[in-house]
Amino acid sequence: MSAHHAPQINPMLPPEKLKKGLALAALLGLGGLAATGAGYWMGEHEQFYGSWLLAFSFYTTIALGALFYVILHHLTRASWSTGLRRVAENLAANLPLMALAFLPIAFGLHTLYHWSHADAVAVDPFLKIKSPYLNETAFYIRAGVFFVVWTLMAFFYRRQSVAQDKTGAESHNFKMRKLAPISMILFALTLTFAAFDWLMSLDPHWFSTIFGLYVFSGSVVSFFAVLSLVALWFTSGKSELGLTIGNLHDSGKLMFGFIVFWTYIAFSQYFLIWYANIPEETIWYQVRLSNGWQNVSMLLMVGHFILPFFVLMSRHAKRNRLVLGLGAAWMLFMHVVDLYFVIMPTLHHHLHMHWLDLSSLVGLGGVFALFFLLRFRKVAAVPHQDPQFQASLEYDNA
Amino acid sequence: MTESKSWGLLAEFPNPARLLKAAQATHAAGYRRFETFSPFPIHGMDEAMELPGSKVPWITLAAGLMGMATGLALQWWSGSVAYPLVIGGKPLFAWEFALPITFELSILFASFGTVLGMFALNKLPRPNHPLDYVPRFKKVTDDAFFLAIPASDEQFDLEASKAFLESIGGEHITVVEEQNG
Repeated sequence: MSAHHAPQINPMLPPEKLKKGLALAALLGLGGLAATGAGYWMGEHEQFYGSWLLAFSFYTTIALGALFYVILHHLTRASWSTGLRRVAENLAANLPLMALAFLPIAFGLHTLYHWSHADAVAVDPFLKIKSPYLNETAFYIRAGVFFVVWTLMAFFYRRQSVAQDKTGAESHNFKMRKLAPISMILFALTLTFAAFDWLMSLDPHWFSTIFGLYVFSGSVVSFFAVLSLVALWFTSGKSELGLTIGNLHDSGKLMFGFIVFWTYIAFSQYFLIWYANIPEETIWYQVRLSNGWQNVSMLLMVGHFILPFFVLMSRHAKRNRLVLGLGAAWMLFMHVVDLYFVIMPTLHHHLHMHWLDLSSLVGLGGVFALFFLLRFRKVAAVPHQDPQFQASLEYDNA
Repeated sequence: MTESKSWGLLAEFPNPARLLKAAQATHAAGYRRFETFSPFPIHGMDEAMELPGSKVPWITLAAGLMGMATGLALQWWSGSVAYPLVIGGKPLFAWEFALPITFELSILFASFGTVLGMFALNKLPRPNHPLDYVPRFKKVTDDAFFLAIPASDEQFDLEASKAFLESIGGEHITVVEEQNG
């Protein structure tokens, strides 16, 4: 309604701000990777591969959540999500970097995945039945397909969007919208099977058809947590990007929504297995409810749902920069716990934390942030030429 | 004489923007119980009238928690107190199987709480209202925009308030009569 003038927008991230972020990311990346490398060199091979899988899954799921946001934006022809879309595009563009980060996992295949041992498969009728799917060649081929598909999608959407910064033509939106449906289908299939391959097959006897959705829900929560934190950083101090508290509120709302969605999926998986009470299915939870792991499970239930549900429910909380920031940081920590809960019990019979977990997360995180931030050097931080950009800034739906 | 019987004052404004300005001016002038009426929601009207946040969410929360307690109590009591039968080798009570029903009842109670709480806070249902007897007010569902100051407002004074509404551009200012029965 209000017909006031649009405020002057400078779509570039201030160089000093960017420089600070780049320096911190490089420092953390180098330090973390050096420590992780030292850990491997010291002979902690098994722990290294487990910790690296944790870090790899953490950042890959964040980048995938970003890709989902971009595809969903075009699929539904949304306008509210335009203001923060460049952040998601630049996060998703880190997916080829994750292909590089996948290499240690490929090298550690025999350490991480029981099904990769031919002698183990030979004496195990269940693994024999599964071997047409669960074998080394198929695993590598699928991983290659996932990364090619993700890279193509991430680059396509980012390239079109960046090109629009110069041309301002709406034809870019048409092109992206046209490919959104097929992208969404490819996204759903690749994410599901990647989750089966990389995380579920850690325990090759266990299966859960909802597992892909479980990983997806955590991935979207952690993406919106990153989006909220990046948006808070963008708008801290003097910001001329045009982003408002309304845009932050939207990001917080979606994070909150997907927290509930994660809980719904996590409970559905647990509930059906609990009810059916079939040993080959319950073993996965049996392991996670004993030997100290029950504490991780409990932390997950309280920290990934009950606490954030009540803290972030209120509109005032999501519009408060401090509460939103703390909530988002907490949800990122909870996403680590979630993946830790999935991955680590196959490595350690008893709950056991190792400094390599931390160093891998910090190291890969630094590199992840570095490449993410480098994309803001020459490219605008907001898609300011998108026809819906102004509208997305003016939205403030209570 | 008329003052004791009047419900308040009604003024008409030509468009939503003018009504928005009038609401701001009325709040600035110290009126706190005034109301605005329009055929459709006007963005920014809550802010212009400086309305406090709604109390409905608290009713929703309370009703939701009540639903949760009801769901848990119902299943615990019926399964382990009134009819303690072992079914499918499951415990008489476990939070796992109780959760879906608990969730459903929380949502059901919360929804009823929201709708009924909103009705109660708005003092609905109310079949008639003094404003319904103002002929021009019928246009409110079509193309007219109104602002009303009820006599219950502490700052209400028939003459002064009338003059105030005139000063902010109100048209067809009417003294609304209280209706009995």
